[in-house]
Amino acid sequence: MISFQQVCKRYANGKDALQQVSFQLDVGELAFLTGHSGAGKSTLLKLLTLIERPTQGQIIVDNQNLSAIKRMGVPYYRRKIGMVFQNHQLLFDRTVFDNVALPLLISGYSRKDAGRRVRAALDKVGLLSKENLLPIMLSGGEQQRVGIARAVVNKPPILLADEPTGNLDPELSAEIMDLFQEFSNVGVTVLVATHDLSLIRRYNHRSLILRDGLLTEDGALLSKAPYDDELPQLEAE
Amino acid sequence: MKRAAPSRPVNKTTVNKPSVPRGASVQTTTFAQRFKSYRNHHKVVALESLQRLLSTPLPTLMTVMVLAIAIALPAGLYVMLKNAQLLSRDWDGSAQISLYLKQNVSELDGKGLAKSLERRVDIGRTQFISKEQALEEFQLLSGFGDLLQELDENPLPAVVVVYPAQRDAAQAEQLRISLDDFQQVESAELDAEWVQRLHAMLDLGERLVFALGLGLGLAVLLVVINTIRLAIEARRDEIIIVKMVGATDAFVRRPFLYCGLWYGLAGGITALIIIESVLFWVDSPVGQLADLYSSNFDLSGLGFGNTLSLLLTSAFIGWLGAWLAVGQHLRAIEPR
Repeated sequence: MISFQQVCKRYANGKDALQQVSFQLDVGELAFLTGHSGAGKSTLLKLLTLIERPTQGQIIVDNQNLSAIKRMGVPYYRRKIGMVFQNHQLLFDRTVFDNVALPLLISGYSRKDAGRRVRAALDKVGLLSKENLLPIMLSGGEQQRVGIARAVVNKPPILLADEPTGNLDPELSAEIMDLFQEFSNVGVTVLVATHDLSLIRRYNHRSLILRDGLLTEDGALLSKAPYDDELPQLEAE
Repeated sequence: MKRAAPSRPVNKTTVNKPSVPRGASVQTTTFAQRFKSYRNHHKVVALESLQRLLSTPLPTLMTVMVLAIAIALPAGLYVMLKNAQLLSRDWDGSAQISLYLKQNVSELDGKGLAKSLERRVDIGRTQFISKEQALEEFQLLSGFGDLLQELDENPLPAVVVVYPAQRDAAQAEQLRISLDDFQQVESAELDAEWVQRLHAMLDLGERLVFALGLGLGLAVLLVVINTIRLAIEARRDEIIIVKMVGATDAFVRRPFLYCGLWYGLAGGITALIIIESVLFWVDSPVGQLADLYSSNFDLSGLGFGNTLSLLLTSAFIGWLGAWLAVGQHLRAIEPR
């Protein structure tokens, strides 16, 4: 579903954010993307959402080469990707319902037709009763779940999460991860960027570890002992 | 990708059966649905942007008033000019040609000339003023009565006053030249030079109003551009979010374009109200003035056609301003 081939990204200031990164994520796969801050996690997500373009290499998403997508095509490509942000990125002057309905309205649904899907998505994250509230009235965990409902309401094949549990306590983080697991089970490819190592340890998922722009490790952290020495380093930062 | 994913939408039943992973797909819609919802979205956005403006009544009112004054000024001057032109058309009719007859033409001949001229199609009516009448009138009006009585002979010529049939200054001048050739006529004079001057002034006025309209139209455009620019800045975060979830430029642009359209339209309507109020306010003094000049002149407003074009033009300028502002600033706001 997602394939990076020898991807490099050098910013205008000369900094190499990613170097020769290659990996593949299959349909329905759930993986963590981790590494210390500045290792290239956000750059990788930016390349996947076409906020940035790679300097070298190819990125193939859903059989589509991203370098072939022109500026006009970017919005249509982004509709295939559900994006969950650390700071939720909700519209605070709109109700929970309107926030979740946004991707549907953008893709051309009327509010009426969007209603059923919005409620299904809100039901999935357990916020059906709060559809008419404003996001400001919700707790941080609830706001994050609104963000997740918005990310999946369009039933995208890919879900990207950027530090989705950043501001949440372990219990809420677990709830969020369970949701991601469920989406993965129904065939959504999920990539979770996080530096929350306790989260990574708790789930036996594939982890992509970036160090200074290089992809240093790729595999399940718990089952493979050799990667353990990587962890203290990460925690130290 | 190792496994080819069947590109089928995931429905509720598969959500409950997590056993077989399969690719979800973006929900697609038919073209007819898309078009319907496109129209629908326009309606929704138009209403939303109107509500947004009304939700901050005071700033909106101030912007609208600035626009209205800038629109009302040239439009109001235009109305004044049109009225002056109407009035001058009334005065065209009063253009008269005075034929000063030669001293040797008898009163009878003079009357005969007046009668015969009256039969011409290009002449409405004529009036014969004999030497004696002229003298009486002159004595009465000039105050030199005593002096004139000292004279042995009446120095004044008999006059035939000719009122042209057409209310056109150029044709009146043609008529004057042809009448000047008459044998009995010493000289023919058109008392319409001031009307011509007025016409020249009105032409000048028309150009000035046009130039003013152009300048203030530009001012309206700039005010709208600036207002929309601020609106875009105020909604920067929102723009980034909707772009992140796949909004096209058109989708992002739409509310701002409607916002500009509403500003222009509101400015136009307010300008109309200002103009009509002023007209209403001066209507009765103008009526009194017209009565004093025993004229049946009536102030005329913008009229239907001009009202419509005023509203359309101001709405268009509003839309254009928004379009320019959006084109300039929206591209700069991208997710980072």
